[in-house]
Amino acid sequence: MLPYLLSLPALLVCIAILVPFVTAAVYSLQRYRLNLPYLRGFIGVDNYIDFLSDPAFWNTLRISLTYTALTVVLELLLGLGIALLLRRPTRFHNAVSIVLLLPLMTAPAIAALMWKLMTNPSFGILSYLVSLFGVHDFKWASDPSSALFTVVLVDMWVYTPFIMILLLAGLRSLPRQPFEAAALDGVPSSFVFFRITLPMLAPYIITASLFRLLDSIQQFDIIYAMTQGGPGDRLMVFQVQAYLEFFQYTNVGRSAALLMILWLITNILSNIFIKNWLRLRARAHGHA
Amino acid sequence: MDHSSLAGRIFRGVALALVLAFFMFPIVWIFLMSFQTNEQILRIPPHILFEPTLANYQALISGQLRTAAGNLEISFMRNLINSFALSSAAVFLALLLGVPAAYAFARFKFRLGETIAFTLLSFRFAPPLLVLLPLSLYYQQLGLNDTYFGIVWVYQLIALPLILWIVRGYFEDISPDIEHAYRLAGHTWREAFTRIAVPLAGPGIAAAGLLSFIFCWNNFVFALILASADKQPVTVGALAFVTASGIQYGQIAAAIVLSVTPTLLLALYAQRYLVEGLSLGAVKG
Repeated sequence: MLPYLLSLPALLVCIAILVPFVTAAVYSLQRYRLNLPYLRGFIGVDNYIDFLSDPAFWNTLRISLTYTALTVVLELLLGLGIALLLRRPTRFHNAVSIVLLLPLMTAPAIAALMWKLMTNPSFGILSYLVSLFGVHDFKWASDPSSALFTVVLVDMWVYTPFIMILLLAGLRSLPRQPFEAAALDGVPSSFVFFRITLPMLAPYIITASLFRLLDSIQQFDIIYAMTQGGPGDRLMVFQVQAYLEFFQYTNVGRSAALLMILWLITNILSNIFIKNWLRLRARAHGHA
Repeated sequence: MDHSSLAGRIFRGVALALVLAFFMFPIVWIFLMSFQTNEQILRIPPHILFEPTLANYQALISGQLRTAAGNLEISFMRNLINSFALSSAAVFLALLLGVPAAYAFARFKFRLGETIAFTLLSFRFAPPLLVLLPLSLYYQQLGLNDTYFGIVWVYQLIALPLILWIVRGYFEDISPDIEHAYRLAGHTWREAFTRIAVPLAGPGIAAAGLLSFIFCWNNFVFALILASADKQPVTVGALAFVTASGIQYGQIAAAIVLSVTPTLLLALYAQRYLVEGLSLGAVKG
């Protein structure tokens, strides 16, 4: 009886999450506009079918996937590189790794504002710096051709430290013997990296990238604070599009259907993620 | 490895310097900007040396913004107080609900417990708007829209999974034998929980609490949807402030500095636990 009593409050929170979730699923099957309440009715999967012929939906899917792929791959490479640089636990390296956490602890929406100030076309320091290299009138987030680049840069600034800190902890927890043996045998360092370090680090790399993948495909704060999905529909990722469908076009049904599709994508990914994460967790708590 | 070769060391040094420059420069630059007047900010080329002014902070604290169009009332301090109140209340509630549940999940292996733990975990990765948009319609019917309680309640979505999974790990690391011995000496489970288990898991509970506070503070989308101006935290308030104040760049920079300082200080204080917290207890630092 006791365990059930103790977990009762947590169960209530679960229900409070699941009820709106089921509601969203139901909404996604309805024609439901806040401004036209009398038109509300069950329309089956029509909202979903409409997406198939809607270029705006394919744009959203394409932008979301591009954004996710770019941020995860770049952050993984950079984060791994930094973790390797800081691998030896010297006092200086530890200090650097702590300082590098600061961007990660900055609210992403605020980080976007910081970069907005730095990329302001009239006085932004970054606009000035690129002008020194002969690039004048670089418009950063307000130009369709460089908007994606700019938000990816901000995402990298905020989240690369996440990958770095997880991989650094992973690197430092690896057993020493294989590396000592390889050093004794004079094995070339590229061989050590690709055949020993990377395979042993794999569970950490997979967990860190899946964490990022799941958050990145749902990115809202940085993009909304920076451009609200613009210029035009250049950065119209899933959650920004769903937010605008709901509040700007008051189309609850479409918004819910869009979010259900996103949920389906993340749900598949998070099942893979949880398996990996549980394995790591069991290892960390010594009952593998 | 190639720690010793001169070329290798130079390469590492240069690479580290570039990394530090990329990640630290924005924070330093905005910090400097917050002590500059608008004229100083607009100078081209930018000056590293300038006469610092506290005017931006004074304007934010007094709530009076002098613009070309006249005096503008701002309530940024209100946003700061909201952030403190909302995040603290959310963490308090999450600890109250989460620590006993984490204990139950660690000590008693029962089906419902696992189901709850995994439901909360999987919704940590569900799109927040999926839950938030229908919830905002329910809130309107229940009269919870734009109330502090309503916002604190949805912040449980952030804080509870974190506390549940981190603290659970700490409880699992404590041998149940200690509690058994204590119970055999005639104490109730409640005494065993409050006098043995909670103190031993103390560092984990504190770390989970601090991290939850940081994540609640940094959250943007929940309050964007559920809170009106007078209840908004700094993340939403700062964005509204940018729109309202237009070209008062010095004050915007000062507002940014005030918004991020609390979480950055907490993060430095709690850095030992960040790795574990960020991975929900899967990686130990």
